[in-house]
Order: sequence, then C-alpha cells, then structure tokens
Amino acid sequence: MIKLVGLVPLLPLIGFVIIGLFGKSLSKGIVGVIGCGSVLAAFAVSLGIFFELTGQAEKSVTIDLFSWITAGKLSIPFSFLIDPLSSLFLLIVTGIGFLIHVYSTGYMSHDEGFARFFAYLNLFIFFMLLLVLGSNYLIMFVGWEGVGLCSYLLIGFWFKNTAYNNAAKKAFIMNRIGDLGFLLGIILIFVTFGSIGYHDVFEQAKNMATGSPVLTSIALLLFVGAMGKSAQIPLFTWLPDAMAGPTPVSALIHAATMVTAGIYMVARSNILYTLSPVAMETVAIVGVCTALFAATIGLAQNDIKKVLAYSTVSQLGFMFLALGVGAYTGAVFHVMTHAFFKALLFLGAGSVIHAMSGEQDIRRMGGLKKHLPITHITFLLGTLAIVGCPPFSGFFSKDEILANAFENNKLLWFLGVLGAAMTTFYMFRLYFLTFKGDFRGTKEQHHHLHESPKSMTMPLVILAVLAVIGGLVGIPEALGGKHMLEGFLKPVFEDSSFRMVHSMSHENEYMLMGIAVLVMLGSLYYAYQVYVKNKTLPAEESEDLKPLHLLVYKKYWVDEFYENLITKPLNFFSDVLHKLFDNQIVDGFVNGIGRFITWLSGILRYAQTGNMGFYVFAMVIGIVLILFTRIF
Amino acid sequence: MNSAIQVIPLEWYILLSTVLFTIGVLGVLFRRNAIIIFMSIELMLNAVNLLLVAFSSFLSDSKGQVFVFFIMAVAAAEVAVGLAILMMVYRNTKSSDINVLNKLKW
Repeated sequence: MIKLVGLVPLLPLIGFVIIGLFGKSLSKGIVGVIGCGSVLAAFAVSLGIFFELTGQAEKSVTIDLFSWITAGKLSIPFSFLIDPLSSLFLLIVTGIGFLIHVYSTGYMSHDEGFARFFAYLNLFIFFMLLLVLGSNYLIMFVGWEGVGLCSYLLIGFWFKNTAYNNAAKKAFIMNRIGDLGFLLGIILIFVTFGSIGYHDVFEQAKNMATGSPVLTSIALLLFVGAMGKSAQIPLFTWLPDAMAGPTPVSALIHAATMVTAGIYMVARSNILYTLSPVAMETVAIVGVCTALFAATIGLAQNDIKKVLAYSTVSQLGFMFLALGVGAYTGAVFHVMTHAFFKALLFLGAGSVIHAMSGEQDIRRMGGLKKHLPITHITFLLGTLAIVGCPPFSGFFSKDEILANAFENNKLLWFLGVLGAAMTTFYMFRLYFLTFKGDFRGTKEQHHHLHESPKSMTMPLVILAVLAVIGGLVGIPEALGGKHMLEGFLKPVFEDSSFRMVHSMSHENEYMLMGIAVLVMLGSLYYAYQVYVKNKTLPAEESEDLKPLHLLVYKKYWVDEFYENLITKPLNFFSDVLHKLFDNQIVDGFVNGIGRFITWLSGILRYAQTGNMGFYVFAMVIGIVLILFTRIF
Repeated sequence: MNSAIQVIPLEWYILLSTVLFTIGVLGVLFRRNAIIIFMSIELMLNAVNLLLVAFSSFLSDSKGQVFVFFIMAVAAAEVAVGLAILMMVYRNTKSSDINVLNKLKW
C-alpha cells in the first residue's frame, strides 16, 4: 500500500478537477458522491498505509515520484515521506475530511454553490495531504500556501457579503505575514544545510551544538510561519473572523486540520527546536499566553461559532505549550483528540444553526435539548471531551500536556490549568445557554426547529464515538496503559528524546490529574450555578458592561489596536507613496519621455515634404556621407 | 591572353565610368521628367557594368562578367516594372513630371 501513496492526494485532486470543470452540469447527488467518494478512497488507502507501516520494521519510507526542480546545486525531488507522524496525519485529514464531506451534503443541500463548495473542499484535502506528505520543506510550503488559498476561498464562499470577503482577505493577509517567516526559514535552512529534504537537514542538525544561533534563527522563523497558520499571538485575529465561512469549513479547516499545520511543522522539525532552548521557550510562552488570552475572550462571546473559534485558538495554544516543553507526542496526541471533539462541536453548532434558520446568537437559543436530541447528546459528549473529563479523549491529551508542563516549569503548568478551567467554564456556558432552559428565539424559529437529516447526524455520532474513545490510544502508564501513540511516534521524535525526561513519579501524576479534574468540576459547578440555577443571561448589546467584562467582550480591542497601529499608518504611507512617488515622480518621468518624443517628432515631420527630388537628394547626400565615413 | 579590352589602359575605363555615373546621378537629381530620370538610372547601371567588365578582363577573373549579366537581367526586369508604373502615373495625372507626386507628406 505504501507504494500507492501517490494516490492519496491524487484522488481528491481528480475529484476537484471533475467537480470544478463539470460541476454545473452534474446533479447534486453525483457531485456529493464524487466529493465524498474521492476522500473516502483516499482514507482507505491511508488506512492501508497505516497498517502496513505498523506491521513493518522500517518506519520511514521515502517514495520518489519524480524529479521536480533541478538548478545548479539545488535538486529537489517530488517525493513523499511515510512515517508514523505523516501516516497519522493522513488518517486525521482523510478520515475527518470524509465525515465533514458527508455532513456538507446535508448542510449545503440548499445552497446554489453546492458544486463549487465541494470542488474547494476537495482541493483543500489535496493540498493538506501534500503538506503532511512532502519529504522536504518546499512541498510542505506548496501545501501550506494551497491550504491558505482554499481557506480564503471558503471563508469568502458567500462572496456577495462584503464582511465575509473582508474576513477572507484578513485571513489571507495575516497568513502571508507568517508565510514570509516560514519562507525565510526555508531559505536559511537551504543556506545552512545545502538541502531542504527532511532527512538531510535533520541528519546534519543532529550533530550541531545545542543553542547555535543559526538553529535558533531557523526555529524562530519557522515558528513565525506556524504562528500565522495556527493562529497564535500576535497573528490570531484572523481565525475568529474566519467563522464567516460555512460551518463545515470551520470544522474542517479552522479547527481540525489546517490550523494544526503549524503543530505538524514544529513536530516534524522537532530536532531543530530541541537543539534550541531559546526557540523552545518562545514556543512555550507564546503557546500558554495564547491559550489563556483566547480563553478569556471565549468567556464573554455570544456567537456560538465565535466561542468555538476562540476555544480553537486556545487549544492550539495548549498544543504549542506541549511542543515548547518538549512533549511532542502530547502535542500530536492533542491535535488528534482536538480534531475529533472540535470537529464534532463545530458540526454540532452547524446542526444547531441549521435548525435555528441561521441564528448564531446563543442569547436567542436555549432549550434545544428536546428538539435536537442527537445533536444535544453528541454536543454534550464533545463538551465533556474538550473540558478534559475522564475518561473522554481530551482528558488524556490535556493531562499529558499539563504533566509535561509541570515537569518543565511550574508557572507554565499553573497557567495551563487556569486556561483549562476557563475552557470548562465557557464550554459549559455555551452548552447550558444553547440546550438548557427555555427557548428564547422568535415564534417562527420555534416552529421551524427540527433535528438535522441523517447525512448530518451520522458524522456527529461517529465523531462523538471518536471523541469519547479517542484518548484510549494514549493512556499513560500511571493509569495502567501503555501509551500506544507514544510507542508509535517514537521513531519520529527519537533524536529529540534526550530532552524528554520522564522522571515524574506516579504519585505526582495522580496528584496533577486530581487537581485537573477538581478544577474542571469546580468550574463546571460554577457555570451550572450561574447559567442553570440562576438563569443568568449574557448582557444584551444595549446594556452597559463592567470594565473587565467589556474588555473581554470587546476582545481586548486587539482588532482596533492593529487597525490603528498597523493598518492605518500603512494605508497612509502607501497613500503618500501613491500620490507623491507614483503619480508625480514615476508617472512624471514616463509621461515626460512621451511628451518629449511627441515634441521632437512634431518638428521632424516637416522633413517629409512629399517632394521626390528632395528625397533623392537626401539619399545621395546620405550615401556620400556613409562612403566618406567608411573610407576615412 | 591579351584581349582587345586591354588595348586601352585601365585608368581610362575608371575615368569614363565615373563620368557616366556622375552624369547619371546628376540627371536623377536635377531632371523632373520621370522618363529622363529613368534613363539616368540606366546610365548609372551601365557605368558600373563597364567598370566590372574592365576589371574582370584586367584581373583575368570571369566573375565580374557573370555579374554584369545578372545586372542586365535585373535591369531589364526593373525597366518592365518601372515603365508600367510610369504608364499608370501618366494615365492618372496626364503628366510625367515627378513633382506632381507630392501628396504623401506631413
């Protein structure tokens, strides 16, 4: 099966080409079958690859497809790398991708852009697979840019709405800032190691001294790329706005797969980070700050998708915290469980929005429990998973991250626990306000309430099952498990293993788990008191908020801050350049040349008299002059 | 082999053809009648032909004479086309004065 790896990205690409070219003349049924089928087939091949890889001793296989770029000393093959890390991501991308494709056939069934939507979605899967499969940084970069493009196209999917288009542009431009860092990182890698293939680079990097400045620079530049793609401070503001896209897009691209590309990249380059303590520290600090910062914003948002968006930013922060403390396995573990429960939560939110005829404000919801039984129960399971309630999947992955943070730095651990407590609060706030209590929407909406069709509830159920049991692949030894995931991923992180010391006693681990669960329960109880017992409702727009509440509700005015500090001066500067430099100097020069030529030819044209004798005379004079210059 | 051409020294040939050529050039420059201009052009061509034949003989190289035949053939073709143009000019303007053709100017 490993030999057939080329098929994995090829199938969605074929799906994209067929739907993209002929989508308008195909029926929605056929488009759905092609869209879902191509991803399902890719998933089947990925499954085959996964099992073949687990069954064989060789854990890192490079498949050369063709020679891509050859110029001077630079030679870049187009080849795929199959190892535990990429095969795991293959399964996540194609598996979750397939479920979300199926969900979309229901969610988008009334949309006139149905075929366009599936074409973009298939193209996204193609690029995402390229990103995780490539055996060098350039292929990863192509996939990286490709998913950015698809993200842009899908955020602005309903392009008739200006606000949505602006959100799409914002996402694209903020990602460009990060991509610049990534690109510089790749160039620096090439300059330093003379190659950009993972294998060559890591083999050479292994022998370099810890903390060498060039490694630190590379690691930090790559991390700038990861900041953009994975929405970390300071480049996180695009992700909440990206919720303008259709909900399946939010689930697939802006929660489960694309935004985890940054984690994949850092995990892939783990040796570069391990050898650079400064970069590691930066990653951990940025991660924990983002986790806390986004969680506080999530506490006060009233849009069901915005809450989930800030939750995603926060969870991504947790993953970077894990990377920063050297818990690469923990980060990948959390990517996996997060993909399950966050995709589930987004799809559940989509189901709610679908039932509420497009309403997204949780102040207008409530009491949906009896109207949407399947959505309710799956959403509850997803919520329990994300808050880290044992034995759901989030518990194991979050516990592993916090335990590693505790070993590294107590302060990081404390901030992580604080973030986790807030996660519990805002997630249950969301859950209680949406599903418990009385319905607060209009009569019309109440009349319209209905459970979503099978095509939407089936993916919910499957994802709920995964969100519940997904953690079982990583049960820590303290709880009598073997942590299969760690064993599986070991070959990838082997070179970095000297940094990962597991000196913690089981007692300590029990204590940390106990604290995490207690904090979670306390936070849950508080949310219950506030939103179920006292039936507090979030303030309406017109009400005055207390300063702290207002600060969080307004998202710390980060957008306004960027607007005034960066966008406006930049616009002013380009305006000056446009009016002064471009219009006056550049245009003046170009127009001046034109005017001079016109003036000169206006004089010279009188030489054309129409008198034949004059022409002949001029010709003879000319010949005589030429002869003279030739002879003398 | 001493041909009849070499009875006269080379300088005289050069002088004669220069004179003929100059007469041709001046004819083209100063005459207004198109047919006379045409004849002047032929005069220039034949001045060159004379020079070619003379040199060819004095240098015992037949290439010059071959070239002369080419020039004569081309000149014949040129005369055919040129006279046809002159015919059309005359029919349209009732004149063979080239200064009538001065419409194409600024």
